[in-house]
Amino acid sequence: MAELLLEILSEEIPARMQTRAAEDLKRLVGEGLKGAGLTFTEARAFATPRRLALVVDGLPVARADVSEEKRGPRVGAPDQAVQGFLKGAGLASLDQAEKRDSGKGEFWFAIIKKKGGPTAEALPGIIETAMKALPWPKSMKWGSGTLQWVRPLHGIIALFDGKVLAGEIAPSGQMAPVKFGDSTRGHRFLSKGEIKVAGFADYVAKLRAAHVVLDPAERKKIILDGARELAGRAQVALKVDEGLLEEVAGLVEWPVPLMGTIDAQFMDVPAEVLTVSMKIHLRHFMTIRPDGALANRFVVVANNAARDGGKTIVDGNERVLRSRLADAKFFWDQDRKIRLEERLPALKGIVFHAKLGTQAERLQRIAALALSIADYVPGCDKPQVMMAAELCKADLVSGMVGEFPELQGVMGRYYALGEKLPAAVADAIGDHYAPAGPNDRCPSAPVSMAVALADKLDALISFWSIGEKPTGSRDPYGLRRAALGVIRIVVENKLRLPLRKFFPQADLLDFFAERLKVQMREKGVRHDVVDAVFALGGEDDLVRLLARVEAVQSFLATEAGRNLLTAYGRTANIVRAEEKKDKALAAKIAGAPNAALLEQSEEKAVATALDEVEQLMKPTLAREDFAGAMKGLADLRAPIDSFFDKVTVNVTDKPDLRLNRLKLLNRIRATMDSVADFSRIEG
Amino acid sequence: MSKPSKPQCFQDLILTLQDYWARQGCVILQPYDMEMGAGTFHTATTLRALGPKPWYAAYVQPSRRPKDGRYGENPMRLQHYYQFQAILKPSPSDILERYLGSLEAIGIDTTLHDIRFVEDDWESPTLGAWGLGWEVWCDGSEISQFTYFQQVGGIEVDLVSGEITYGLERLAMYLFDKKSIYDLPFNSADSEVPLSYGDVYLQNEQEQSAYNFEHADTDMLFRHFTDAEKECARMLERRLPLPAYEQCIKASHAFNMLDARGVISVTERQSYILRVRDLAKASCEAWLATQVAKAA
Repeated sequence: MAELLLEILSEEIPARMQTRAAEDLKRLVGEGLKGAGLTFTEARAFATPRRLALVVDGLPVARADVSEEKRGPRVGAPDQAVQGFLKGAGLASLDQAEKRDSGKGEFWFAIIKKKGGPTAEALPGIIETAMKALPWPKSMKWGSGTLQWVRPLHGIIALFDGKVLAGEIAPSGQMAPVKFGDSTRGHRFLSKGEIKVAGFADYVAKLRAAHVVLDPAERKKIILDGARELAGRAQVALKVDEGLLEEVAGLVEWPVPLMGTIDAQFMDVPAEVLTVSMKIHLRHFMTIRPDGALANRFVVVANNAARDGGKTIVDGNERVLRSRLADAKFFWDQDRKIRLEERLPALKGIVFHAKLGTQAERLQRIAALALSIADYVPGCDKPQVMMAAELCKADLVSGMVGEFPELQGVMGRYYALGEKLPAAVADAIGDHYAPAGPNDRCPSAPVSMAVALADKLDALISFWSIGEKPTGSRDPYGLRRAALGVIRIVVENKLRLPLRKFFPQADLLDFFAERLKVQMREKGVRHDVVDAVFALGGEDDLVRLLARVEAVQSFLATEAGRNLLTAYGRTANIVRAEEKKDKALAAKIAGAPNAALLEQSEEKAVATALDEVEQLMKPTLAREDFAGAMKGLADLRAPIDSFFDKVTVNVTDKPDLRLNRLKLLNRIRATMDSVADFSRIEG
Repeated sequence: MSKPSKPQCFQDLILTLQDYWARQGCVILQPYDMEMGAGTFHTATTLRALGPKPWYAAYVQPSRRPKDGRYGENPMRLQHYYQFQAILKPSPSDILERYLGSLEAIGIDTTLHDIRFVEDDWESPTLGAWGLGWEVWCDGSEISQFTYFQQVGGIEVDLVSGEITYGLERLAMYLFDKKSIYDLPFNSADSEVPLSYGDVYLQNEQEQSAYNFEHADTDMLFRHFTDAEKECARMLERRLPLPAYEQCIKASHAFNMLDARGVISVTERQSYILRVRDLAKASCEAWLATQVAKAA
């Protein structure tokens, strides 16, 4: 058993691409190995800002000859199928294939012999293919070459069983090929010269000595541990931001956390502003005081062990921070001199969408929608809804949001609070974009709900009206997210909102149904149950719809439910089979069965039970007692079971009796289908 | 050769960078004598980036962004500022090391500072150009842009240029620890007549900001734009790509002025950008034809 070590050294790889690229390299090399019949025990991939690395353990040193059988098309199959088979198997003609009876007829078989040999001979091709197939989100050429890589490529370590593999990657043009070798480089500033390695363990150790920590997980740990220790010493707590941590770990090969101080003059600027500015411009980590407020200390992670212990680096960062925060403070001070209401005229100059008018026009639509939604939000103060809806986009023309668009809403809330507007209005302005995703918090205050719903519904209705619907993976206006936001606000707050009342477009409700299905599937609700309830159609009250789904799902989990489902299946099968034979039957058995024609006690019992259930069903469904409706259905089970035991439906000599019995069965089906379309439930 | 000492003033910084890139084999050009938004517009970058001929050049380019004017009141924003540009085509494999050498030359000690290459892809909609690269950070401060050109004038490049842009005022503020551009020493503080950046340029910022935002004759600018468009087309018919491209530069500046005057609506804006891009593309195509013809 032997080890393969691969390292691809390049100029700095964007942080956001590293993890994915390492995984892709592992997958692609793994597929290549598998395709060549090479097994291995484990493959691990790593990335730093300058390198992708892969180690594959437990590879055989050589492969034996193998022969593989491949079944082709049936003998006498069309030529196209035969040609496809020959091409796939690498055969020139059918003379090289064998005819064999597989028991299901005569088929062509190809016997593909794969020559074995030293693994080292197969690996260079596998590496080259994997590198060419690696899907960088953006790649480039350099120098005079045509090869595409994320940034210029500088070296490749390709060692198998301690020996350099024979191979190279050619950028072409006038450029020298990058030959497979056994050496790399360490840290850009903390290491000099080339490093020669013998295998993975040696590689990791020598990189570490050259100030490169190969494993991103270890770099993250060093950052976190170091940052926490610094924070602890300053008696503050580190505010962990996973996304930032991931990015910073991708910007450094040798992480050195250092602590700096935020100038006191900036500490009255809102925490969100400081956080966004420091995160975006400087990738600084924030810290928190024991009382939960933002502390005046930050952590910067350097990619250098500076000879002055990092003093210059901290000074430099504090300097840049001062000028950045001076900008932010300037906006904060200036913005508060103008009331949100005074900003509204400026929204007339901002185009929301060429076909949908300006932000000012959008605000009018949102306000009108929010007011009618307010009727369905308990405890909603309409004047407050109106005020919040009219002001909710005013911060778009503030200096701060111009500089940091991600602070939209957040700033509006601060400015509203500064103007002493009611807290519910300020919160609604701040909350109206929420929820931004499945993990974002969902508004729950009445005014916030009304405005947040109006914002999303207006986007959906408006874009629908100009035919801009999401297709496939294209959803440039975030309409799926908007629909999901509506669903979450409605469902989590149990709002009884008749959605259709707000849509002029019928297919928008179908779009909601699709999003709801996706969301429920993700939550583990049985997709067939969802389908069965959706098949009833016409439901636009999401809360009621979900209650029904839940009732059906719990009912099916009981023994009575399962048995009744079996009975339903038998009933439906018989009716369907008969309908197949007689196209006109469906119309003939549509009505209620004729009581006078009922002969046996079992069929009379079913009819009585159906009458009772139907009487019960209407009021039960009307008061949305879906569990009660299910219980009612459960009562059908015993009479239906006896019916199937004792009664013959297809009494061929008595057509009237047969038809009446089919009517009875059809009514069982109809009664059950009034709760959910049980034919869609998988047994 | 003794190492040149660390630059102490704005003009030292320029001289040091010129000297350094001259030693890397670049021709040191003088600024292009027309108003332009960035050093990239200089023919030494836009046009020379196309075609099969190698090209190493470095130069300072005064850059005008009328919208960025602040009447001299913002310590960090100017409507007229300087870029130092180095372009190496085809990009040599040690171009990053050479760039880091330039940092050392201007006095950035990599054993004390934290230098990072942070992803920053560059795109110029008006030039129909894009490339991949980084912004380079020194202790959190952006000190350069580094781009590998992939496309210029909508044309995929034959040889990739490595382009390095230093925003000189920002870099100088960092090096000389000044909070305001206007406080930067332009010449040496020890000279007979020590002059600050403000002594040289403050009045210019005040007057030009007033011109850009308030007084520029917009009818005239609209006329200049369409005149430049026509002249560009005429020169293209005569197969004179360099004069044609200069008209593209003119149109671009007229557009920037009109934009600063606030007379171009959001929807019109896009169409003006596309019109400038059309001029750039046509000029680049015409230029490329001359390069390929001569090379053949």
